Amino acid sequence: MFSGFITSFTIILIVIFLFREGAGLFTAPNIEEGYVLALNNNNPVNKIDPEKIMDIFDAEITNWSQVGGNDAEIEVFRFSDITKYATAEELGSNFENIPEVLSNIIAAHPNIIAYFPEHYVVVDFKGRIMANGRITPASFFGGTKWYPTAQPSPQFGFLPLFFGTLWVSIAAILLTLPFGIAVAIYLAELADSRIRRILKPIIELLAGIPSVVYGFFGLVVIVPLIQKVFGLPVGETALAGAIILAIMALPTIITVAEDAIRTTPRAMKESSLALGATHWQTIRKVILPYSVSGIMAAVVLGIGRAIGETMAVLMVTGNAAVMPKSLVEPIRTIPATIAAELGEAPTGGAHYQALFMLGCILFLLTLIISISVEFIARQKHKQSI
Amino acid sequence: MINISAKNVDFYYGDFHALKNINLDIEKNSVTAFIGPSGCGKSTFLRLLNRMNDLIDGTKLVGDIVIDNENIYSRQTEVVELRKKVGMVFQKPNPFPKSIFENVAYGLRVNGIRDNKFIEHRVEESLKGAALWDEVKDKLKKSAFELSGGQQQRLCIARTMAVQPQIILMDEPASALDPISTSKVEDLIYELKKDFTIVIVTHNMQQAARVSDKTAFFYLGELIEFDKTDKIFTAPSNEATQNYVTGRFG
Repeated sequence: MFSGFITSFTIILIVIFLFREGAGLFTAPNIEEGYVLALNNNNPVNKIDPEKIMDIFDAEITNWSQVGGNDAEIEVFRFSDITKYATAEELGSNFENIPEVLSNIIAAHPNIIAYFPEHYVVVDFKGRIMANGRITPASFFGGTKWYPTAQPSPQFGFLPLFFGTLWVSIAAILLTLPFGIAVAIYLAELADSRIRRILKPIIELLAGIPSVVYGFFGLVVIVPLIQKVFGLPVGETALAGAIILAIMALPTIITVAEDAIRTTPRAMKESSLALGATHWQTIRKVILPYSVSGIMAAVVLGIGRAIGETMAVLMVTGNAAVMPKSLVEPIRTIPATIAAELGEAPTGGAHYQALFMLGCILFLLTLIISISVEFIARQKHKQSI
Repeated sequence: MINISAKNVDFYYGDFHALKNINLDIEKNSVTAFIGPSGCGKSTFLRLLNRMNDLIDGTKLVGDIVIDNENIYSRQTEVVELRKKVGMVFQKPNPFPKSIFENVAYGLRVNGIRDNKFIEHRVEESLKGAALWDEVKDKLKKSAFELSGGQQQRLCIARTMAVQPQIILMDEPASALDPISTSKVEDLIYELKKDFTIVIVTHNMQQAARVSDKTAFFYLGELIEFDKTDKIFTAPSNEATQNYVTGRFG
């Protein structure tokens, strides 16, 4: 009872911590904290979409008319460009003139967009500071770009990661299911006890291999193989991740499905045989329908394993946070993103919080999966009474 | 006319000698009861008649069992065909996780019958034969698990009848049922005698006396006595049989 209380308490603490950090994302400004974007006073543009800001600084958008302004070329000014506009003397020996110089540069260039630290903005600033928006849930949940370190406007669109996770997991399940169920049927119904005694521990051993070892295996064997078979420039693809996950989910699926198949009452099997059904007909028409909910639970548990898996996937999928278009392209999953980026994200910053938000989503996904397992198991219980 | 004939049957579970030199002839269209204390081998012998013991690892049979002049343990025997001829009803009602209709139709479908008219006809006939039709005719599509235990057991009997076997083996078919359901099943057994040869294992002396024509008493893997039911219960020739049927042990 007491340990149950401690466990629940710890889980609740973790969840609260996770969601508190994650929710902070939606109060973070949509451009780098401590910096401002300034325009010339005569520029009619008021507000620019954060995604467009990134495109401007990436030189994808070069004309003000593309963001609702006059037909004029955009002049991008990063703070480090200041030396191109002013000499060292103008800046002063202790750079004490920077605010004034900045102010003048912006006043003199009608088509400028300037990005610089906030503390250089002084009272008689001759430009216009653009209003700071916040990162919205819509841009997070609906965004298709994940550029968490883009300057000045990082993009936290979680869809590419979400779909990356989904693709890899679903592909893995589709690969692993036929094998898993077949092996489970073989072990539960067809194998004689000697073979089962050898096979069962081997399969269970598979579940105990650290995922990083699977990652190595994938990197050394599967990745080059995929590269060769499909003639790709790189073999680190969603498919490689799916194959590794399929192998990793196999023991779970086999073990749970075999247990489910074994729960078929002996008498039910015998009565099918007693009616003149063959062994195979009995498996197909009685044993599988009877154990279908257990097999479903095995499938869902397998999916759960696949969705949450981090290390092996991180090693073989190529980690490109783009919307997946085919299985033979690099993708990136949610857990792999968290593992790869958390070390580089400044604590408390928007990037950091976005990673926590990803953690929340992962938590919700696995929660949904656990609940569905529970639900399926309960269906089974209802059926058997 | 002799339907089932066992000659010098010995049976082993691994090292355990479960049946010792059984010789027994069962006539066509009769009801034969196997009685005896638990572990005496009566169920084991019953399960030899449709080769159900084949499913258990490490068993061995010596001797012959002949059904319709065919040794069922010869190499040529098709076990699946044998089981169509020798149906079985089990101790606990164990319908399949399917509808009532599909439970009865199962045996026909696995035998490759696709004619739905024929299947419907046979299902109705079997359910009537098992005295269940009136109770389930309006809910044939419902799950078989919704029936009561007694109904489920009669459904299992109907399921067996649908394949039209010659012989029906019953392994304590009423032991899990309440008295009313039991009496229904017993009435049914009496009716079924017209069309089938019935072999029933039971722990219930009264049941054996009520339903069977002949009774075999098994004890410690041996067939002690096999005779007309009247004689077994009123004037058995063996003392052990006498002690068992009068309830002194068992």
